[in-house]
Amino acid sequence: MKNARDKLSHPSLTQNKVGLVPKDYHGEMSTLCGGCGHDSISAAIASACYELSLEPHTIAKLSGIGCSSKTAAYFLKSAHALNSVHGRMPSVATGANLAARNMKYLGVSGDGDTCSIGLGQFIHGVRRGINMVYLCANNGIYGLTKGQFSATSSLGVTSKNGQTNPYVPIDPIILALEAGASFVARSFSGDKNQLVPLIKAAISHHGFAFIDIISPCVTFNNHASSDKSYGYVQDNQVYTASIQDYVESVPEIMAEQTPGRLTSVLLSNGEEIFLKAVSEDFDVYDKEKALQLMRSFSGKKEILTGLIYLEKHSHDMHQTLGTTLENLRDIDLSKLTLSELELKEINESFS
Amino acid sequence: MSNIPSKLDFTVCFANVNGSGSASANTLFAKCIFRMGCAVGIKNIFPSNIQGLPTWFEVRVSPEGHLGRSGIYDIMVGMNINTLARDIESLTSGGYFLFDSSLFLDTQAKRSDIKYLGIPIKNLAAEVFPGVRQRILLQNLIYVGALFSLLNMPPEVLETELKKQFNNEKIYKNNLEAFYLGYNYGEKEFPAHSGFKVSTSDKFEGKILIDGNTALALGCIAAGATVAAWYPITPSTSMIDAFSKYAEKYRTTPEGGKKYAIVQAEDEISAIGIVLGAAWNGARSFTATSGPGLSLMTEFLGYAFYAEIPIVLFDIQRCSPSTGLPTRTQQSDILFAAYASHGDTKHILLFPKNPAECFDFAIQAFEAADRYQTPVIVMSDIDIGMNLTLSSPLKLPKDFHLDRGKVLDAKALEGIKNYGRYEDVDGDGIPYRTIPGTHPKLGAYTSRGSGHDKMARYTEDSFGYKENLDRVFKKIAGATSTLPKPETRLSKKANKEFGVIYLGSTAYSMDEVITVLDARGHYLNYCRICSFPFHQEIKEFILDHKQVFVVEQNALAQIAGMLTFELQINPSLLRSLLYYDGKPTTAQNIVNDILAQLT
Ligand SMILES: Cc1ncc(C[n+]2csc(CCOP(=O)(O)OP(=O)(O)O)c2C)c(N)n1
Ligand code: SF4
Ligand SMILES: [Mg+2]
Repeated sequence: MKNARDKLSHPSLTQNKVGLVPKDYHGEMSTLCGGCGHDSISAAIASACYELSLEPHTIAKLSGIGCSSKTAAYFLKSAHALNSVHGRMPSVATGANLAARNMKYLGVSGDGDTCSIGLGQFIHGVRRGINMVYLCANNGIYGLTKGQFSATSSLGVTSKNGQTNPYVPIDPIILALEAGASFVARSFSGDKNQLVPLIKAAISHHGFAFIDIISPCVTFNNHASSDKSYGYVQDNQVYTASIQDYVESVPEIMAEQTPGRLTSVLLSNGEEIFLKAVSEDFDVYDKEKALQLMRSFSGKKEILTGLIYLEKHSHDMHQTLGTTLENLRDIDLSKLTLSELELKEINESFS
Repeated sequence: MSNIPSKLDFTVCFANVNGSGSASANTLFAKCIFRMGCAVGIKNIFPSNIQGLPTWFEVRVSPEGHLGRSGIYDIMVGMNINTLARDIESLTSGGYFLFDSSLFLDTQAKRSDIKYLGIPIKNLAAEVFPGVRQRILLQNLIYVGALFSLLNMPPEVLETELKKQFNNEKIYKNNLEAFYLGYNYGEKEFPAHSGFKVSTSDKFEGKILIDGNTALALGCIAAGATVAAWYPITPSTSMIDAFSKYAEKYRTTPEGGKKYAIVQAEDEISAIGIVLGAAWNGARSFTATSGPGLSLMTEFLGYAFYAEIPIVLFDIQRCSPSTGLPTRTQQSDILFAAYASHGDTKHILLFPKNPAECFDFAIQAFEAADRYQTPVIVMSDIDIGMNLTLSSPLKLPKDFHLDRGKVLDAKALEGIKNYGRYEDVDGDGIPYRTIPGTHPKLGAYTSRGSGHDKMARYTEDSFGYKENLDRVFKKIAGATSTLPKPETRLSKKANKEFGVIYLGSTAYSMDEVITVLDARGHYLNYCRICSFPFHQEIKEFILDHKQVFVVEQNALAQIAGMLTFELQINPSLLRSLLYYDGKPTTAQNIVNDILAQLT
């Protein structure tokens, strides 16, 4: 599996609404290990953007450092990317977004990048409410530096070379919820049916959308005793709700969720996803319940996936700051500078 | 008594307790001097503390326009009981020690070569003002009044200044009343002629009184910067505060939308990351910090250098290493800033010497960052940044026109066959960049800190990697063609034996050093460095002299060291004069140290 395109399930040359075909959403040739979960995420992003008929150049791709962060180059080749430094993608995303609020921002990161070196930036990025999609490709180890435990490695889990992890893991989902992310989900890179619609929903969301994606590292963390291996996740994945479909109609409904029944969830761009909750208790709009639910799964064998929380009236950093609707970068410098008259007034105030 | 000549250049030092509101009263006094037509240079030597520690506020009154610290205290306003002994000690012979006689008796005074002027400030205030906090603040106006009397200054100047400051009639009246308590007391009790006189002239007409941080902030506005990210640190905070104030005033749409964004980040790493993201995405953006923050920013600085992203950083240097003396000045980040980050990294630095130049260099910093697609660091310091000083008015550069440099728009991209982000198309090492979102199909690339070739492709190929890096160095070296040139002052009478090199805030004292040495018949040549990489002219200046003094305010002779290896200068040609006690060095120090070596 060398290239994200190999994983795409759109062999057709069908054009989407902006006249692009799936290939137009591919990136450079991947240099990751064959079978790496991260390549499936790239493929899912490409599919989601194709299906949403987004023009790639309206998206900016951002990442930190790690195998996962390398993937910014492996999808949407006609979009600019900034592969930054380790753990600092959220700050770069903040600045990029401040410069041009009218673009879409897609951040890809790893569990080390997000929960170890970049934990502070992650939390503060969430707090600021950057309007972006933040994907954490979570393989439970540092892939690029050859398999050390990361902050999401489960307590007591053994590494490929037999070491036991003595530390309690950090769950980025709980952190994201606590810090105020307005769209929170968990998925699995091997579950395209769930992942693609979730990414589409996240892109359509206005505000900070976080998806933690269990993404197996075939080279360092796919052994029998790993709880982030393909086999383990396939066997133990459970769902908050099943996303039946993702439609682009704009019905003016914001239905309350009925457990077990198909419910539509209206996203902030007016689009709609359908959820079928598996549990009686689950309410996608209830943050407290979401937190309880996530805590109840900590230390459990099962991995709960799906959309976990959605804020009804989400807002973003620009609204907090009160910036003008025009992209800051697009305001002509000659309109931003000081006129001779203004400078005269300023000088006079100091004389 | 009347035949005693007046001393026209003198320093009043206010010894206060931090947090007593004294700085505004002291500033008021300085402003009045300025208003009368005399130059003032303020040096606020304050502690890293909110309340309680000692602080000294020096006001240099100089008809010559010397703005450096004199180091000689002619009048001391001793309002801090804890530092009385040392404050009395530091007064120059023949000076005046003004003190609160309700707290301290002049019978305790030991020196007979100075004059003690007691005034019962606390008691006077207590008789008139009931509230405790109010009383503490107004006590400051009482000593200002006493000073006016001592120096024979017209009280109307203060009335005008006070009126400007306070719209509230009651506050104005209280302040004025306090002022007159001191003034009238002085008129009655103080000697008629103090020996000090505020000399007035129209020489300083049109000048302004401003601090460097405000000037830098205004420069950022003038340069069209829209994104600022920072993490609070003295002494850069007041720069962001000023940017916020003026942006709100001049950059708000009629509907109330902000044409700027200021983010207080969670730390300096994030602050510079935000700036980098914004710059990459096409906005002019900057951060302001000081030594400790600069340390944290280094990884991103190297990234911006190598990925060629135009960011601007203002380093308001303070006294270090480590936390050091956070509220005292120094020029000790220069070497670090020039090469900040691991690997072969080198940055453009600008060295403003005063507020007017802060404004100008802030604009030039954004222009250079865009032109060379690289970080530009403006090296100010506490002395320039936080002290109100007489300055030329802020001026926009001649033929003012802002230029984003080599940025390709959609149309330009369509005219290019095979766009390479890091290609040296023009032979000057400066590539063409594209902003995200410019074109649906053309011009996109991945910006990265890992090895890349001229097409912006990831590479581990030695040739492609080296070829690209060599171009970056060529670009940085070529920047001297537009960066501010050194300012040399060649004396016609100089015999080219001795030269002096300096930069930044040292200029305050150096201007005076030049006058003093010239007056004493020691004609030297002078060269003020304004930017880094160094211009060839600096090398020529050094080679033209038998010996060059390098005056700098750090302990490691950083500038001298950089001169030797950047310009291949034989170290024996340079002699370092180093000042690093945290206070702006005085002309007297420098003169003495130069004279000691002239023989
Ligand atoms: C400042 C810094 N420290 C250390 C490294 C080395 N490093 C590169 S990737 C990485 C870990 C990446 O782990 P993760 O984010 O989980 O990504 P993965 O490779 O597992 O996808 C580390 C420690 C670095 N690049 N920068
Ligand atoms: S080391 Fe692991 S995470 Fe990295 S590319 Fe290989 S499989 Fe993927
Ligand atoms: Mg990982």
